[in-house]
Amino acid sequence: MRSITLSQAVNEAIAEEMRRDPTVIILGEDVAEAGTPFKVLSGLVEEFGTDRVIDTPISEPGFTGIAVGAAMTGLRPIVDLMFGDFLYLVMDQLCNQAAKTHYMSGGKLTVPMVLRTNLGATRRSAAQHSQSLHALVAHIPGLKVAMPSSAYEAKGLMKTAIRDNNPVVIFEDKLMYQDKAPVPEEEFLIPFGEAKVHQAGDDITLIATSSMVQVAQAAARLLAAQNISAEVIDPRTIAPLDCSTLIESVKKTSRAIVIDEGHQQYGVTAEIASVIAHDAFYYLDAPVHRMGAMDVPVPFSPVLEDLTVPTPDRVVEQAKKLMRGVREHVA
Amino acid sequence: MASNQREQWLRMYEQMVKIRQFEFQANQLYLDAKMPGLTHMYSGQEAVAVGICDALEKTDSITSTHRGHGHCVAKGAEFKAMFCELLGKAEGYCRGKGGSMHIADQDNGNLGANAIVGGSAGIATGAALTAKILGTDSVTVCFFGDGAMGQGLLYEVMNMAALWHLPVIYACENNHYGEYTKTEEMAAGELKARGEAFGIEAFEVDGQNVLAVNNLTQTLVERSRKGEGPFLMVLDTYRYHGHHVGDINRTYYRSKEEEAHWRDERDPIDNFEAHMIAKKGATKKELKEIRARVEQEAKAAVEYALQADYPPLDEVDSHVFAA
Repeated sequence: MRSITLSQAVNEAIAEEMRRDPTVIILGEDVAEAGTPFKVLSGLVEEFGTDRVIDTPISEPGFTGIAVGAAMTGLRPIVDLMFGDFLYLVMDQLCNQAAKTHYMSGGKLTVPMVLRTNLGATRRSAAQHSQSLHALVAHIPGLKVAMPSSAYEAKGLMKTAIRDNNPVVIFEDKLMYQDKAPVPEEEFLIPFGEAKVHQAGDDITLIATSSMVQVAQAAARLLAAQNISAEVIDPRTIAPLDCSTLIESVKKTSRAIVIDEGHQQYGVTAEIASVIAHDAFYYLDAPVHRMGAMDVPVPFSPVLEDLTVPTPDRVVEQAKKLMRGVREHVA
Repeated sequence: MASNQREQWLRMYEQMVKIRQFEFQANQLYLDAKMPGLTHMYSGQEAVAVGICDALEKTDSITSTHRGHGHCVAKGAEFKAMFCELLGKAEGYCRGKGGSMHIADQDNGNLGANAIVGGSAGIATGAALTAKILGTDSVTVCFFGDGAMGQGLLYEVMNMAALWHLPVIYACENNHYGEYTKTEEMAAGELKARGEAFGIEAFEVDGQNVLAVNNLTQTLVERSRKGEGPFLMVLDTYRYHGHHVGDINRTYYRSKEEEAHWRDERDPIDNFEAHMIAKKGATKKELKEIRARVEQEAKAAVEYALQADYPPLDEVDSHVFAA
């Protein structure tokens, strides 16, 4: 099978859906000729024209609101939000408008829109261009949240998101745009709410999202060398969350570490850990361990920034403690 | 007088009377403690909603505000489903899930009231973008109050609407108060100039004169269909009640004399009635009959809504997501 980059996968997914459905449009800052600062959308304006690939002013709430109205009246807009950090700017339009319209109208109005944005630290971009804010939106009923962990997931989840009749927020890891993975040439979609077991194992379950899946996979390789068999599971969407796959895995392994790049406090790791603690409690041999981003604004200095996110070595260290039955709180 | 003009006058008159009557009954429901929550009365501003919506087709859209009952009636909604919604009943426009501040009636082009001040500016502009991209000739009117002039979203979308020549009309109902504060204490400069800064043609109109509002809107709708939009209308009007139904003691922010002046001298319904009679568009008797008939309809709708069923409890988690 051919391999393509995550960037190409997103581009292909959007291009295919735009060919299939003339109501799909993209709007955002520098999405047309510039193809976004990450060059993810290069070539789309040449094929689909400026009526469907629309450069907007630097007005995130404005163009997100326009997308909500366009979605309510017959289009399927994709909003390009250049950095996940800008989510704070669009919260009213996303959470008060898009997320609630279907419910508040008793099911009469729908908002089939996609907001694609990114997450991920260690790009040396400091506190306002490095955040992973998916937990904020996953908290809001009415929003779906997808977190692709490779080019394959990026393509399949994006196509599903565009066809979904609800607002969907997709977080791409901005450090993975050039990472290649095998992606079939023939069409495929990845259903929401279906976790993927990347690697089966018996001793411990590593549940990881987005950028942290490769961290978990690297940790699993290191653990294998020490005769610890780790199962790596990627929820792929955190709203909806495939609870049963996670629970079944932990019932088998009796230990779990949840790894996510959002802040640890009140975050995705907390939600998933509580699901496991509730539904697999009597199968656990150790407390569920959470590893999120450190609860500090992301610092600029590389030596400091690297301390804030989970790494394979730290996952291994924690896994070994859980295996030995050592209970220790480590942020 | 041409019969089609007489028909239009009677239609607009009846719509204004319907709004006034709807609000009278809604206020009574509040005072009688029969309505959950509270509501924001549109009484006094009827000529704005009716003058504008009468110039629209059913396929044209509006977005509305927390003070939205008038827009909803003017765009063609029925009393029964509206009162049911106000009371949280299953037969309400939103199955009781939206309430007074969120009534949406998309069959008549009402994309919904919005409880965030200025919150629907993006939605209205997005509806206009849809019309442009799909090549329909639909026009969208975005209703908002003078208070929304303080929201940045409005200027972001006005900028894009102007850049992209979208068929949207921004209708600012200047009722002189944002909640409990005078507009001039909150808005620097001229309201009209806020649109003009983006190259948007802006107009001031007497919002108590339904014919003036209607004439201007007809022109702007026609020009919008030809791609000459967007436009801004600033409509001078007045809300008779407080910010909401519970805002009874208002003398700390506006005088009783001021309220009496607007009610006695500038009432949009009374003045239009006098105009119609003077121009021989209608007789006093005819108009009295309309008022009586509308009152009966409203009372019957209230009775119906009071007796109607609440939604089944298992609907609490339906409609979170669309299929």
